[in-house]
Amino acid sequence: MDNLFSIFIMMALVNNFVLAKFLGLCPFFGVSKKLSSAVSMGIAVIVVMFAASVVSWLLFYQLLVPFGITYMRTAIFILVIASLVQILEITIRRTNVNLYNALGIYLPLITTNCAVLGVTFINVDQAFNLAETIVSALGAGVGFTLVLAIMSGIREKLDLADVPKAFKGIPVAFLVAMLLGIAFLAFGGMV
Amino acid sequence: MVHILKNLKKGIINENPVFILLLGLCPTLAVSTSIDNAFGMTAAVMFVLISANIIVSLIRGVTPDRVRIPVFIVIIATLVTIVDLTMKAFIPELSKSLGIFIPLIVVNCIILGRAEAFASKNTLADSVADALGMGIGFGIAITIISFFRQLLGTGEITIFGTHVFSAPGLFDNPMSVFILPMGAFLVLGCLLATLRYMGAIESG
Repeated sequence: MDNLFSIFIMMALVNNFVLAKFLGLCPFFGVSKKLSSAVSMGIAVIVVMFAASVVSWLLFYQLLVPFGITYMRTAIFILVIASLVQILEITIRRTNVNLYNALGIYLPLITTNCAVLGVTFINVDQAFNLAETIVSALGAGVGFTLVLAIMSGIREKLDLADVPKAFKGIPVAFLVAMLLGIAFLAFGGMV
Repeated sequence: MVHILKNLKKGIINENPVFILLLGLCPTLAVSTSIDNAFGMTAAVMFVLISANIIVSLIRGVTPDRVRIPVFIVIIATLVTIVDLTMKAFIPELSKSLGIFIPLIVVNCIILGRAEAFASKNTLADSVADALGMGIGFGIAITIISFFRQLLGTGEITIFGTHVFSAPGLFDNPMSVFILPMGAFLVLGCLLATLRYMGAIESG
């Protein structure tokens, strides 16, 4: 139990995917202009990360390891993610139109989000068991959403600030990310 | 011939994937701690990018439109597996320091983007020129970023073990924040602002 908790903190805060590992930067800068869309994107990422981690873990240990073809993992994992995203998109569209309207446009983007593929590789590299895999996927997703939400809140205010012309938009977003990264360094003492 | 050169130049300057299109940021920022890493990453990305563009361009007539994205992804994943295993076997040290970012080339937006936006619609020669240009553009960007990070973060420049020069003063008191993840954001943010200030890229 203690171990699971520390994996969660590790993935969400100490080794935050965006700020410390540089995974998922495209949505981090692309979708962080409005708080509401950032939260929708974050929730979609948590769901896909969870599902992708469980399925890829099962495939890795039940299929790839017994047959000795672990070198296929890159191809298998990306196919798992691509098909999961498709299935999720179809399911949400059929069952809940409001949710689809809120999350729909972000789902296709998640296929090429390196945070999702990254977490499946990390789970296998660290030799996590199934429970640890689930916790690490949730931790990574929560950490990603947290940083995305903070970033979009700051950027909403930043639009009104008087920034030097050359820094307007993306360059100043990078500087904000740097300051956030320094703030998140403080979590290093927790584990 | 003229438009082959134009395609080549496009990736390096007008549509530089990192500085202008802001694609492929994850590997650019993550591995740019030293120039060695930058060269290794560029070589890996170049190989996958050029081979993917060649294959996609060759099969563009026979790929059904509806399944083209999964087909592209499988091609790219196969190429990345080849690079990953080759680097592990022949240059294990570099492969270790690039780590997870070698398999993650699969989801590098530059590669899927070029396959989808360019190679699936253009001839072989144009696609190769486009891939070369984009690859060189990516290489230049990541090398510039890692040059500043290595210089400011360690105070000296070494390329594959060969000492090039060390900055007096900086070498004794390096600003190690530039080697930490935050340094990458700082360097790229300031580089983009400088390029805009000089008018090299448009402010958006």
